[in-house]
Amino acid sequence: MLGNGLRVVFSPDRAAPVAGVAVAYDVGTRSESPGRAGFAHLFEHLMFQGSVGLRRSAHARCVERSGGSFSGSTHLDHTMYSEVAPANALERLLYLESDRMRGLRLTEASLANQISVVKEEIRTNVLSRPYAGFPWPRLAPVMFGSFANTHDGHGSFADLEAASLADAAEFFDRHYTSRNAVLSVCGDFDPDRVARHVERFFEDVPDRAAPARVDLGEPEPEGGRACYRDPVAPLPAVAWGWRVPDPVGALADFLPHVLLAGLLAAADGGRLVRRLVVADRSATSVTARAGLLGDAFTLRDPSALVFQARMPAAGTADRVLAGAFQEMDVLARRGPEAGELAGVVAQAVAGLLGKTDSVLGRARRLAVFELQRAAPELLGELPALLAAVGPDRVRGAAAQLTPDRCVSIELIPAAGA
Amino acid sequence: MRRLPALGPFAPLPVPDHVDTALPGGLAVLAVRRAGEPLVEIRLRIPFGGAAPAAGRLLARTLFAGTASWPAERIAASARAVGGTLDADADADRLQVSGRALAAGLSSLLGTLGGVLTEASYPPGEVALARDRLLDQLRVAGRRPDQLAGAALARRIYPGHPYGSRFADPADLGAVTPADLRALHAAFVRPGGSTLILVGDLDPVAAVQTAGRRLAAWTGVSAGRTPPPVPPLNPGTLLVLDRPGSSRSSLRMAFPAVARGHPDNAALRLANLVFGGYSGSRWTANLREDKGYAYGPRSTVQDLPAGSHLIASAEVAAEHTGPALAETLYELGRMACLPPRRSEVDRARDYTLGSLAVLGMSTHRDLADLAAGLVGAGLPLTYLAEYVERLAAVTVQDVHAAATTYLAPSGAVAVLLGDAARVGRSVAALTPVAIADSRERDFSEYP
Repeated sequence: MLGNGLRVVFSPDRAAPVAGVAVAYDVGTRSESPGRAGFAHLFEHLMFQGSVGLRRSAHARCVERSGGSFSGSTHLDHTMYSEVAPANALERLLYLESDRMRGLRLTEASLANQISVVKEEIRTNVLSRPYAGFPWPRLAPVMFGSFANTHDGHGSFADLEAASLADAAEFFDRHYTSRNAVLSVCGDFDPDRVARHVERFFEDVPDRAAPARVDLGEPEPEGGRACYRDPVAPLPAVAWGWRVPDPVGALADFLPHVLLAGLLAAADGGRLVRRLVVADRSATSVTARAGLLGDAFTLRDPSALVFQARMPAAGTADRVLAGAFQEMDVLARRGPEAGELAGVVAQAVAGLLGKTDSVLGRARRLAVFELQRAAPELLGELPALLAAVGPDRVRGAAAQLTPDRCVSIELIPAAGA
Repeated sequence: MRRLPALGPFAPLPVPDHVDTALPGGLAVLAVRRAGEPLVEIRLRIPFGGAAPAAGRLLARTLFAGTASWPAERIAASARAVGGTLDADADADRLQVSGRALAAGLSSLLGTLGGVLTEASYPPGEVALARDRLLDQLRVAGRRPDQLAGAALARRIYPGHPYGSRFADPADLGAVTPADLRALHAAFVRPGGSTLILVGDLDPVAAVQTAGRRLAAWTGVSAGRTPPPVPPLNPGTLLVLDRPGSSRSSLRMAFPAVARGHPDNAALRLANLVFGGYSGSRWTANLREDKGYAYGPRSTVQDLPAGSHLIASAEVAAEHTGPALAETLYELGRMACLPPRRSEVDRARDYTLGSLAVLGMSTHRDLADLAAGLVGAGLPLTYLAEYVERLAAVTVQDVHAAATTYLAPSGAVAVLLGDAARVGRSVAALTPVAIADSRERDFSEYP
């Protein structure tokens, strides 16, 4: 850790001449307050609009000139900035991230421009796309009550248009502090040398306190069903889910739910796929996720196990849910078969390794694991932890996922679809 | 104030340790060792040109749906036991199987694959199920303006050519029988002409031997052939595909292009980057960072075995359609008439060199996809080293010449999907326009 509280994680791997840098800030769409829906994502765009020593668009050009690529992404509980490039550009990538952690140079023009770009992003990726926001955040208001847990992180156009430079400055001062961030570096580098660069670039980033973390926990819902109309979807769909134990504070109790998602909804033969899609024909596809959006392991409490099924034109949510509850009940009574569970574990492990096979995937995961758990080493431990879950804990988790605790939302397609 | 650090010395691109050979049954095998996680990626590329489009797409969805001795469930369980996945995907050029497994499971996964390749049975119940799902997915795709616009451009630039049918025809899909699929499999799904690519934590020599053992029973020569050459572009009016009530417009422009082996290819690829191929491009700087009209305008060089094109795509709000087209024509005209700045060319070149190492080779999966793409273009893995040399030799004048030849706005064939009543007037003020129904199958009668 540097003197200003910035936490730093290194993971050298000299196999390929490539290096990745990730900076995770502890602010996400669940940090937003009423009237500010979408601000975290808008702010992510503003981080590319010029900083203390860099003009507008200099970040993108500099990374590309170095043969690399960059990205920013806003999640429920964190915002991620990352670059990957040939290893000779590493020092430069560190400079770029340090410069915008030190401060931004925003103008009315660049703010107005990025509000317009974000609105275009929403029109393209959400408003004109069938099933956008399904199941999340469409299921959120049935499962949760607070604004933080239920609102759409894309935000409303009204809130976005109301954003001012003063809002942006306040947001930066509050959330984009060295004590509220983690820097991780992965790939082909000499740790001693790079440690010196990190100190040189980051140690005089002003030391501001991290904001107090807000507890987002809330009582469990007592079941609940809702429906809404998707104006562009051609066919009906249903999503359902249960709250799950705290993925950070109760990891051991959370892990069986990751395996339940695979047991029930693996594309090539999960139990619900065989039951609902192949046998009943009540659904045309079923998928599941331990988590709300994105990665199961980069979310704090509260989280959920969420299923979704696309249905044929004449499909009904009742029929899908009845089949799903029956299959969960069978798992709760008998547990998974040993070979079946071993296959799901192997597939989950291969999935984890697939992500960490890239320096960028590794850098991002390490940054979030340090940020949320102070445990980057968990990255290497997860495969063994998943293998150790065993059928009894899976059965025990399934036994908690009863129909009375389940919440669901039905998507009704556009009229005349 | 701190200054931007200089770049350290660039390590030359290593061509990874690999074996490029053929098995006695005629299957070409490319096995590549890459240090990384203990995983193996598999790609199997089978020539598919000449296969009936609807049947071909349905075959890809049902290849793993059962064999004479194994039901679908057992195939899936066998793959899953080694952390494996197996999927297939078909287009007018090839059937491609993509898979992954824990490194220790390579032999097992190839065994599962071998059983499917030799005795896939296309059970009627599974075929009916896959057909229904494919039809549902077509209905969803039919609601996405980006997909509709891409499909319409394909119909316009590839009249009468297999590349023109981006989506399978629902009526054709309905008529495909399991017997059709078995016949298609017997004719096309054969090792002769196909290539197996294995990438990851493996010993290339041993991996080739394993493939030879596991796929020994798979025999014959594929009937697949490269589709006929694509017709030349026929520039004409901007075809407005009317979608009444749409608040969005999707612009697609096709330009001529040349394949990787052509002497102009490297300069063309740099010209494409300068124009619209990455975040730092002129088109992005203009439409996104200056005007805020579009989130992600992008141009790409599309190399297909039967012909290459450069495709430019942008999604914009209805009210920005005319202004966005005006800026697009301006940027294209500037590319064609004036040489790019040296710094623009250098940045595009450095990005390309770096991204070959970064995006191309830095994961098992990326390297497998890169290798499969080269195989599709008929090029060896060692082409990468040659390509680096070619890129280094490209001058500013070469890029300008390529832009004039290939990116001239007068040479484009364009479609615009949107509400003609709302956007027609402003685009017609910029360029001659014809209006068609967005659902028409054949646009050849339009000027």
